[in-house]
Amino acid sequence: MSLMKKIYHFYYDGFKSMKVGKKLWLLIAIKLFILFFIIKLLFFPNVMQTHFKTDEARSAYILDQLTQGE
Amino acid sequence: MEHLDPSVIDWSRAQFALTALYHWIFVPLTLGLTFIVAIMESIYVKTGDVWWKKTTKFWMGLLAINFAIGVATGIIMEFEFGTNWSNYSWIVGDIFGAPLAIEGIMAFFMESTFFALMFFGWDKVSKRTHLLSTWMVAIGSNLSALWILIANGWMQHPVGMHFNPDTARNEMANFWELVFNPNAYSKFLHTISSGYVLASLFVIAVSSWYLLKRRDIIFARRSIIVAASFGLIVSLFNLTTGDDSARQAALHQPMKLAAMEGLYSGKNGAGIVGFGILNPEKKPGDEKKEFLWKMEFPYALSLLSFHKLDAYVPGIDQLVYGDKTHGIMSAKEKMAKGKEAVAALTAYKEAKKAGDKSAAQQALQRFEQNSKYLGYGYLKDPLDIVPNVPLTFYAFHTMVIFGTWFIVMFILILYFAMINELKERRWLLWAALFTLPLGYAAQEAGWIVAEVGRQPWAIQDMLPVGMATSNIATSPVMLTFWLFAILFTALLIAEVKIMTTQIKIGPEGGNHV
Repeated sequence: MSLMKKIYHFYYDGFKSMKVGKKLWLLIAIKLFILFFIIKLLFFPNVMQTHFKTDEARSAYILDQLTQGE
Repeated sequence: MEHLDPSVIDWSRAQFALTALYHWIFVPLTLGLTFIVAIMESIYVKTGDVWWKKTTKFWMGLLAINFAIGVATGIIMEFEFGTNWSNYSWIVGDIFGAPLAIEGIMAFFMESTFFALMFFGWDKVSKRTHLLSTWMVAIGSNLSALWILIANGWMQHPVGMHFNPDTARNEMANFWELVFNPNAYSKFLHTISSGYVLASLFVIAVSSWYLLKRRDIIFARRSIIVAASFGLIVSLFNLTTGDDSARQAALHQPMKLAAMEGLYSGKNGAGIVGFGILNPEKKPGDEKKEFLWKMEFPYALSLLSFHKLDAYVPGIDQLVYGDKTHGIMSAKEKMAKGKEAVAALTAYKEAKKAGDKSAAQQALQRFEQNSKYLGYGYLKDPLDIVPNVPLTFYAFHTMVIFGTWFIVMFILILYFAMINELKERRWLLWAALFTLPLGYAAQEAGWIVAEVGRQPWAIQDMLPVGMATSNIATSPVMLTFWLFAILFTALLIAEVKIMTTQIKIGPEGGNHV
């Protein structure tokens, strides 16, 4: 058996023989879906990436923030 | 900053605290349980006794549950950095990027590869290869913590960097200085060893439950002997790393140390308060007494902080109002220097815009002279440098008192387990069972000391939290705070439910995750 096949079977058999693990994987999948596809997309934009196109603009903005009030 | 709603700072802080505190429920158990499992498997490989294999597999199952529930709860903090703390993220970007990238790569390759071997590899790879995988999981997960704590240690004691006024970012000047930051190492060792203590308490608590139920006696006794031995050794190590952590605070964050000890008025030969009740009326600078009641170990704070019995330890008053005798600059003076740094930064920005190279050069020199105090330039009141003293003090003393009890408990448990009289000592088994929540409380208290104690700084002396926060609306931060509270609580309930089910089934139930 080729190495790739051996690795495939190793993981396949491992996942197949899981008991509690199946429940845990389901939980992980649900959690990752909620985190990345709901919470991240809807509520957590990267402010600097979204509002500014270049690093120069980002630097200028932060420099303004640091020097405001002067 | 203009137009920043102050409540967004509080909600962002509350959200970060909630996330970190919940994340920290899962992480320390994983850090410690991986080592306990590795020790148990090592005994199995050495003795060939299948009992140890069964024992290892049972605890490995509980480790898998904890790992699965806890995995990715930390990623939320990265979301928060980008949204709620975008100023901070930009300013630290270069410094944080390297350790976190290394952590991500190491965690992915080491943990994911060896985790699969550890869980799926029984009877498929040789005993020694399997054992190696288990140890690699233990080492890999702990190394992940190293890189995170290097990043955190830098925030507490920023070294190896230079603030670039053109990019408004801290740029790495010396990677090795960052990596070998003494603050990071004391934090790392104290944090991981506290995780080992928690895992030992966990194994002992679960095993005690079996003994109280008079089932799986041999399994429980063997598990207890391993966990109590490991727990006792790492507790003593934890004591020394805690001492070093406090010493680092004395050297680099004296305000944090003063808050931890409720020390308002500095003194030579300062004592450590074993426990006390702070005077709620006490404010910095007034003449009221610090404590309503206290039990103190004389000279201990001076000795442990500076290794001299009569060393001077500054109090909150000296750090706020200054003390010329001991060469301590007041917060007001630091604020003046900070404002000078901010003014120089403004002048530099404007001179550059106007194309005036000479003026820019002069402004830059002024900035460099005062940049050490930059963060103070954004404070409004000298008292802003004082963290929440009661919270820091009580959290610190909770951690220390519980930590001391853990050592006593490990000794008692180990002694009675070694003379095979543990199952008759039901009071001790009950105590061990109820000590587990104290272990979690000590973990959370440790985080509070480290993070509340360093307020108002996001980066020590350089960036107060108010300047680190994004200029965003408060309502989404409030909403996500409650979303996370619900999500994390659901995960915690799931963890407890799945775990207790597996514990009830027990080691004889063929626990194969």
